[in-house]
Amino acid sequence: MSNAVAHAEAHGHAVPHDALQHHFETMQQQKEASTLGMWVFLLTEVLFFGGLFFAYLLYRVWYFDAFAEASRTLDISLGAFNTAVLIGSSLTMALAVRSAQTNQRSATVRWLISTIVLGCVFLGVKVIEYADKFEHHHVPGPNFVSESVWAAQEQIFFSLYFTMTGLHALHMIVGVGVMSVVTWMAAKGRFDEHYYTPVEMTGLYWHFVDLVWIYLFPLLYLVERHN
Amino acid sequence: MLDTPKLPERHYLNNGHGLKSWLLTKDHKRIAIMYLISISAMFLLGGLFAGAVRLELMTPEGDLFLADTYNKMFTMHGVVMVFFFLIPSTPAVLGNFLIPPMIGAKDLAFPRINLLSLYIFWLGAAFFFYALFAGGVDTGWTFYTPFSSFSSNTNVIPTALGAFISGFSSILTGLNFIVTIHRMRAPGLTWFRLPLFVWAHYATSLIQVLGTPVVAITIIMVFVERAFGFGIFDPTRGGDPVLFQHLFWFYSHPAVYIMILPAMGVISEIVSTFSRKTIFGYSFVAFSSLAIAVFGFIVWAHHMFVAGISTYSALVFSFLSFSVAIPSAVKTFNWAATLYKGAISFETPMLYAYGFFGLFLIGGLTGLFLATLGTDIHLHDTYFVVSHFHYIMVGGAIMGYLGGLHFWWPKLVGRMYSEFLSRVSAILVFVGFNLTFFPQFILGYMGMPRRYHAYPDEFQVLNILSSAGAGVLGIGYLLPVIYFLWSLKRGEVAGPNPWGASGLEWQIPSPPPTENFKVQPVVHGEPYEYTPHVAREANLV
Ligand SMILES: [Cu+2]
Repeated sequence: MSNAVAHAEAHGHAVPHDALQHHFETMQQQKEASTLGMWVFLLTEVLFFGGLFFAYLLYRVWYFDAFAEASRTLDISLGAFNTAVLIGSSLTMALAVRSAQTNQRSATVRWLISTIVLGCVFLGVKVIEYADKFEHHHVPGPNFVSESVWAAQEQIFFSLYFTMTGLHALHMIVGVGVMSVVTWMAAKGRFDEHYYTPVEMTGLYWHFVDLVWIYLFPLLYLVERHN
Repeated sequence: MLDTPKLPERHYLNNGHGLKSWLLTKDHKRIAIMYLISISAMFLLGGLFAGAVRLELMTPEGDLFLADTYNKMFTMHGVVMVFFFLIPSTPAVLGNFLIPPMIGAKDLAFPRINLLSLYIFWLGAAFFFYALFAGGVDTGWTFYTPFSSFSSNTNVIPTALGAFISGFSSILTGLNFIVTIHRMRAPGLTWFRLPLFVWAHYATSLIQVLGTPVVAITIIMVFVERAFGFGIFDPTRGGDPVLFQHLFWFYSHPAVYIMILPAMGVISEIVSTFSRKTIFGYSFVAFSSLAIAVFGFIVWAHHMFVAGISTYSALVFSFLSFSVAIPSAVKTFNWAATLYKGAISFETPMLYAYGFFGLFLIGGLTGLFLATLGTDIHLHDTYFVVSHFHYIMVGGAIMGYLGGLHFWWPKLVGRMYSEFLSRVSAILVFVGFNLTFFPQFILGYMGMPRRYHAYPDEFQVLNILSSAGAGVLGIGYLLPVIYFLWSLKRGEVAGPNPWGASGLEWQIPSPPPTENFKVQPVVHGEPYEYTPHVAREANLV
């Protein structure tokens, strides 16, 4: 017991923070653990998407014409709009982290909600795009229709398109869910300048999801647009 | 002479009673015990499938099962053993239990994520059981396309999803270990004072974290083909089934190191303890773990030498596969040097370690036959391959796992098992294993292909030997269940350090209290310091 007290004093605050879990010695150690854990998690995500990017690369080299042709059927303006929306949401997310760091409870909540709204806008646009693909029979499988000589290989493009954007959208849905919880925690006043790890970690995740899209947009929408 | 040891009054096993106190625990030790029970059950199930396979192969005719049923038997044997036993085995049980006390921590960095990983494991197993009761699956544990995506009409989706889901439990375990080893070490416990068990788990975790997501996405690609009719690997639409093999083996070759590296960590601890010497070439053993993890990622195409990859890439992958032998040999020679002039004693864990040496050596060296392009063409898809990877994954990994279980059992439950029966089991496992699998090298060399339920008459004698060995092996594996359970109530009380070992985990009571350490330990000395004083305290000299 006396040992624990001595320890707490050595770190400058006699009463441990509410959010300090029992198996950590200090808030700093706890935060460093979370941050490292999040980065390692994002590393696994890079490899997860990496498998798809690898398949994309291979087939794009093999069947460039098919990829170019299939890519031209995607709506570039909707894609560009969504790219802007996601970049904007990364900005609001960064502002949310900043507000949490500086003890601004209502600003934190406001920026988090803005991020959620932007995320939902992105998903809504994605629904419109998917619906359009279903209408035009661009979904690979038995109902796929294409007049092109590359019809078979176009299916590979669309298989990758749906798998990649679908998994990306799934990540966004998870992100929106997590952010809703974090928003609730922020509204309850759980965060202060000593403890805002959940906001920061959610931010890291959200920026990662954003970054994946930054790659997906040119790779899927902009294969070859100049003719 | 010390007093006879007594069990501590409060420890992690009696801190809370009832099912709920277990299912909602955040204690890494309790989670490890639940993993132990779960994977033991899966091991039994996988063993039953193996028994069915060996039973069928007693006779040349396919008389016990239809060919299709036989396909399901070996598939489910492989799926259960790889995804639900071998991958979690040492890390999820021993690593989970021991890494925090070994590094002087109260728990892993993320106790809730640790519990979550166990639930994810159970969920994955539930998917597998659904597939099992719905009629099984017949693709082989490798899920090769296009058979898995279009041809097979068995339960590929639930099985593949089971493997996919259990993969996340493996990822989370690895992530937890990495962060724990980086951030939770006791003051004074520098990287080069860590037990080699911890180094081995660190390397393992890197593979879990970097490799598993790739097989996860590969399974997703098979899933979308099979479920929605997408075409990524479909040759009729220009897709490449060999791409599947590349992605699959990018994980599944390193997965072998997820199984063997932790076992190697166990062996380092055992060898040092039972020869009462510091480990020879500590930093070489430590870095060879990392080297194996790194090399493991650049050799995968040795599984595909006959799949139509280019000669040049085959040459490169052959060369790289040979290079994995270097760090493996570094470990083996260092263990041998540790034993040299040591005060060796032959308790059960040490017998298992010796078994590991023999089997890993054979398994590793026969791997070189398969990494050689010319011989691989002859041996590919024969029983030689089956035997080789069982020598590594069963002979190596399970010997290490069982050795570790025997070594730390007194720490886990506070009591000793029967030394006589456990020695018998170690010997039975070694003899039974060789009897089962050595004949398979010869069968493979003679050209018996794997995955058929019938074979020419001249292969029968060796197949009967192999099946008989499987029986002996089965008894060897069942014995520990009996004496471990017996030890729970009746075993002699072990005391904190029955082997006179040097690690931090041996300085706390057995079984340990929930928080492991009453006071934050501070580490001053080097690892594996064996002095006459330690040995005398343990009453061994
Ligand atoms: Cu391999």
